[in-house]
Amino acid sequence: MQNLKQQWFGNIRGDILSGIVVALALIPEAIAFSIIAGVDPMVGLYASFIIAVVIAFAGGRPGMISAATGAMALLMVPLIRDYGLDYLLAATILTGVIQILFGVFKVAKVMKFVPNAVMIGFVNALAILIFMAQIEHFIGISTMTYVFVAITLILLYTLPRFIKIIPAPLIAIVVLTGVAIYSGFDLRTVGDLGSITQSLPSFFIPDVPFSFETLQIIFPYSLSLAIVGLLESLLTAQIVDDMTGTESKKNQEARGQGIANFITGFFGGMAGCAMIGQSVINVKSGGRGRLSTLIAGIFLMFLILVLGDLVVQIPMPVLVGIMIMVSIGTFDWSSFKYLVKAPRTDAIVMLATVIIVVFTHDLSKGVLAGVLLSAIFFVVKISTVKITKDGNRFIVNGQLFFASTDGFVDYFKKAEIQEKNIQIDFSNSRIWDDSGVGALLKVMDSLKEKGINVEIVDIDASSKKIMDKLDGILTSH
Amino acid sequence: MYKHILLASDGSENAVRAAKEAVKIASCTQDSVIDVIYVVDFDKSKSDVLHSGSSEAIDIERRKKNSKVIQFLNDANVNYKTTILHGKPGPEIVKYANDKKVDLVIIGSRGLNALQEMVLGSVSHKVMKRVNCPALIVK
Repeated sequence: MQNLKQQWFGNIRGDILSGIVVALALIPEAIAFSIIAGVDPMVGLYASFIIAVVIAFAGGRPGMISAATGAMALLMVPLIRDYGLDYLLAATILTGVIQILFGVFKVAKVMKFVPNAVMIGFVNALAILIFMAQIEHFIGISTMTYVFVAITLILLYTLPRFIKIIPAPLIAIVVLTGVAIYSGFDLRTVGDLGSITQSLPSFFIPDVPFSFETLQIIFPYSLSLAIVGLLESLLTAQIVDDMTGTESKKNQEARGQGIANFITGFFGGMAGCAMIGQSVINVKSGGRGRLSTLIAGIFLMFLILVLGDLVVQIPMPVLVGIMIMVSIGTFDWSSFKYLVKAPRTDAIVMLATVIIVVFTHDLSKGVLAGVLLSAIFFVVKISTVKITKDGNRFIVNGQLFFASTDGFVDYFKKAEIQEKNIQIDFSNSRIWDDSGVGALLKVMDSLKEKGINVEIVDIDASSKKIMDKLDGILTSH
Repeated sequence: MYKHILLASDGSENAVRAAKEAVKIASCTQDSVIDVIYVVDFDKSKSDVLHSGSSEAIDIERRKKNSKVIQFLNDANVNYKTTILHGKPGPEIVKYANDKKVDLVIIGSRGLNALQEMVLGSVSHKVMKRVNCPALIVK
């Protein structure tokens, strides 16, 4: 692990440059995610500024970018629609508290139990939802809207081949906003959906009654936000770990995310988390240290203060194009191969996660269902015992414990055994508990009644130990 | 002679051909080491992380991808070590070679035609131009 000085100042040039690149790429996303959530663009912009700045100090993964994100924005839609912005800010603060507790109680480790299939389903569902959120902003509005979305997409995918330093979304925004203003095409703009305030965020306490009722309203949202935020943050941390060949402190990151959201809520920002796409951009642009995240946040705020007037003039179709690119980039395209190659049960878990999220519009429900489903599949798989016969040798395959004993006992009940002397081979099995020993005992008794001699062979030491503990009962027969 | 030999590998047949030449050269000098460099593209990280359970599992997967070359070097009975780098293959190989001041860079060529080279860019060509030491491109 690098020391703190290294984490801050080990890569000054690279971090400053990449921080600027990320700030430019963050602005359209922060605005678009605010629109998805149904709040003013400033809520997402303030959130991105504050979260990035706080996480630069409090996070556990240097070089990772956190800000307002799509996953979180999608979760808050009903809360904002039914109760308004102040409740969102209160929920954001509570999200922070929950995440801090997660960090303190080292819940980051528990995230290891979320299987790959669920994580793949998570990113795919997120990509689909981000895309679906764009539909109302470009389908059936005007022909010119379609044209602008198409041109934006063409620019986004061809420009990076020729211009590597400036992010393509920024060029698309500048050029197409210019075209839209001078041509006078009738296009919806960011300004139609909200306003930009050219001032720094200020501290205020959300205007909600301090009552149990408020808590009842916001707690379910906060819990979902806390879980989803942490899940995406820890996934992103792993990706950044892999890209940079370094390690990170996962529990510190969980706590850091909490601190960032807690503070954001008091400054009028919405809950956020780490962003896979932006973090990848940061690392690719040379960012490695905490400085890159800090610069990204500060430069974003600076740009809004200076250029806020222009930001409201960005045509919506351009933003839609950028979001379509984000959703294409978020989707895990190797999933199709995965569906064919992965074990059936994994493929089902992945699909179930996606389908549940798409229907409920709630990533946390999909993750929960996915985890439960894969736990059930795991139990079914592990509790299956297969026995193969080889001469007078019966080979047990699988684990023998309370959930799997039925299959084991049934096999010997049904088997028609001709031999007088048989062996039960435990080289591919292990006895885990008293139920396992009990089942073996039951089988041995019933075989004895039929006049068959049983010898147990190749049993491993730990199974033997469990059997020996029950030795008194065994020999009494 | 050539003590520290960098062998750039993408796990392909081209890399195995390059490895054969590396072994020939390494066997000329006592205690020379072949440093096998395998570069993982940044864009691969996301799907690799999503599709494997842990960083250890990712490591095993990547070793598997490079196994043809490793197998060949094992059989050839030479001194070698493996290094996994992250980023764009060309620049990363050049940076590593120049930082570590290796004595020789050996790299296989994919044998692209003129059009493919224009679109995809030739890694071996870029590496050859930018390293500060002799480079051997194996066809």
